[in-house]
Amino acid sequence: MNKKSRILAFPYLLWMAVFIIIPLILIAVFACTTTITVDADGNRLSEEDVLSIKEEYAEVYGEEADAELENAIFEKKVFTWDNLLGVSAYMPTLINSIWLALIATVICLLLGYPVAYIISRMHYSKQKMMVMLTMLPMWMNFLLRTYAWMTILENNGLLNKLFGLVGLGPFQFINTQGAVVLGMVYNYLPFMILPLYSIMTKIDDRTIEAARDLGAGSANVFLRIVLPLSTPGIASGISMVFVPAVSTFIISKMLGGGTNMLIGDLIDLQFLGNAYNPNLGAAISLVLMVFILLCMSITNSIDDEEMEAVIV
Amino acid sequence: MRKILSLLMTALVVFLVIPQSAAAVDSAVEIPYSDSVDWDKFKGQGMEVNVYNWGEYISIDDGEESFFDTNREFEELTGIKVLYTNFATNEEMYAKIKSGGTSYDVIIPSEYMISRMINEGMLEKINFSNVPNFSYIRDDFVNPDYDPTGEYSVPYMWGVVGIVYNTTMVDPEDNVNSWDILWDVNYAGNLFMFSNSRDTFGIALKRLGYSYNTTNEDEIKAAAESLAEQKNLVQAYVMDEIFDKMGGGEAALAPYYAGDALTMMEDNPDLAFAVPEEGTNFYVDAMCIPKGAPHKEAAEMYINFMCETLVALKNCEYVMYSTPHTEAFKYLDEEVQNSISYPSDEIMEKAEAYTALPVETTKLVDSLWTDLMSSANTNPYTVPLFLGVCITLAVAINVYKRRKKKRILLEETSVKK
Repeated sequence: MNKKSRILAFPYLLWMAVFIIIPLILIAVFACTTTITVDADGNRLSEEDVLSIKEEYAEVYGEEADAELENAIFEKKVFTWDNLLGVSAYMPTLINSIWLALIATVICLLLGYPVAYIISRMHYSKQKMMVMLTMLPMWMNFLLRTYAWMTILENNGLLNKLFGLVGLGPFQFINTQGAVVLGMVYNYLPFMILPLYSIMTKIDDRTIEAARDLGAGSANVFLRIVLPLSTPGIASGISMVFVPAVSTFIISKMLGGGTNMLIGDLIDLQFLGNAYNPNLGAAISLVLMVFILLCMSITNSIDDEEMEAVIV
Repeated sequence: MRKILSLLMTALVVFLVIPQSAAAVDSAVEIPYSDSVDWDKFKGQGMEVNVYNWGEYISIDDGEESFFDTNREFEELTGIKVLYTNFATNEEMYAKIKSGGTSYDVIIPSEYMISRMINEGMLEKINFSNVPNFSYIRDDFVNPDYDPTGEYSVPYMWGVVGIVYNTTMVDPEDNVNSWDILWDVNYAGNLFMFSNSRDTFGIALKRLGYSYNTTNEDEIKAAAESLAEQKNLVQAYVMDEIFDKMGGGEAALAPYYAGDALTMMEDNPDLAFAVPEEGTNFYVDAMCIPKGAPHKEAAEMYINFMCETLVALKNCEYVMYSTPHTEAFKYLDEEVQNSISYPSDEIMEKAEAYTALPVETTKLVDSLWTDLMSSANTNPYTVPLFLGVCITLAVAINVYKRRKKKRILLEETSVKK
């Protein structure tokens, strides 16, 4: 790397340090600390102690109590593993989120792969049009789109009204795990199609023609040419769908009726819920991040390997 | 040309003003602002006041003809600029202020949050000589349980929780005046509950005859058990989505706040509201000044302004919650005075407000709530198993790759040789 490019990279490095690295460190710090109240000698005080001290001071000092209390009670951050250990209580929720996100990712892949392939084989001018159509839903606000699904899936919603016309139903669509998965698939499908498409456009038509010339059938062409060449796209598509899907919270809130709590909802609850506990929230986020890193390393290693296979 | 333009402008102005003034006459009352305080005190000083309130909780320009924009009126009267922001839940507001770095002057939390913030020393004492309009506040709202010394808060709106029900879907034989109906199997899949732990646990506790503010572990666990029984009957746990859902006839029953129930009933005339006899939650949202507020005196002026009869009346009419302001109440329609917004003494006697719970209790409620909301009855061993599989897979792939690389390298070197 020469000097010039280093200077050019500086703005982004600064951005990364301020908005990515420091927050990550803060999450780790929060996850491993807890706030306790101590007196002037550093002895730990329980909640009752604090209340009794407050009452005592209020009696003795009257109006000046608040100012005096500042010298008597201190808040202190101490190191603890409790938050991280406490996360294990929420493992079923984590598993449930991973499971639903996994299903959504597989469905996205099954739906997105053929679409991406078909688009990539089209005439260039048509390709642009089709890519734009794929992106079109993303022009609308994410919340609005999910809200629209609510009206479609409700018991008195559009879908059930339609079924009612032909004398079927009503079916329970909304407030089920299926609805949550549907929301994920609908919202994240473009993230699967786009990376797949961008990799697939690079597959030269002549490669496929050559394989055909040499006597490969459609199945063989797909398995031995298209699939290996598109693996990097599959890998990045999977991580681009799986990562946001596993940490989503608004989809499960709106389409899951509150009873299909995901790990994202749980984190949300720690910060904006009744028991304000940012330390536990940070610990859950940390566990989730480690898990996601693990998943990414798995997809990446598959990716590398296939690339090597292709190159070799 | 200029003449024509100005003529056009005049015509336009006349056109715009006429229907408005007509409407103003229509909506009756003209109550002048009191001269209880020197409104001009901060004029021309570039003073501002930073207000943090619930969404849709103040009268604003809503496009109707005779609107009353509270903040603009305040700005015109005092010359103090209002910076106005919204929050959606008490907890969101609390988290924001607790984490520091904010500079709000006036906040409007609910009673239990006020009591928690007082306990944690997060509120500033209000100088009531700057808020003479406090004298209009109903006696039973002075020195309330959540603020026993009455030094920290000025009540803004209040109401009770009750059951919103769809008269076309609920059997008239059934007793809607009891929380039991929310546990009635006949309405399976046909009812909503709150999606916040405090309100939902509160209903279960009240139904079992306990206090909303119980710290007794057994009582709370009993409530959690009864909620788990109820879970199969509940269609969804919702908050604001309820307006659309009840309006559209998605379910027969849902507990909600009286003020919002009135709004729903305007949209869907089939809806009605009942307050259970076991007792209910009575909530108050009050104006407070957070500790370290940069413009405390302007904040007090704002609070005093909010307690002006005209302002209290306009806000009350807009928000449709109940007002604790005695004068404003007198100006309300008789119909409103006798509506569900102002329940009978009998109901109020049994009503109970939330107070701040000790940390231990809050934690217990929250973990029980999480258990209730998580759908899966997953085997706990799946977790370590799952993570184990992931890690072995990652390691295996890496080892495999490294070996392969080594082999290739070896082959390459042997070829070179």
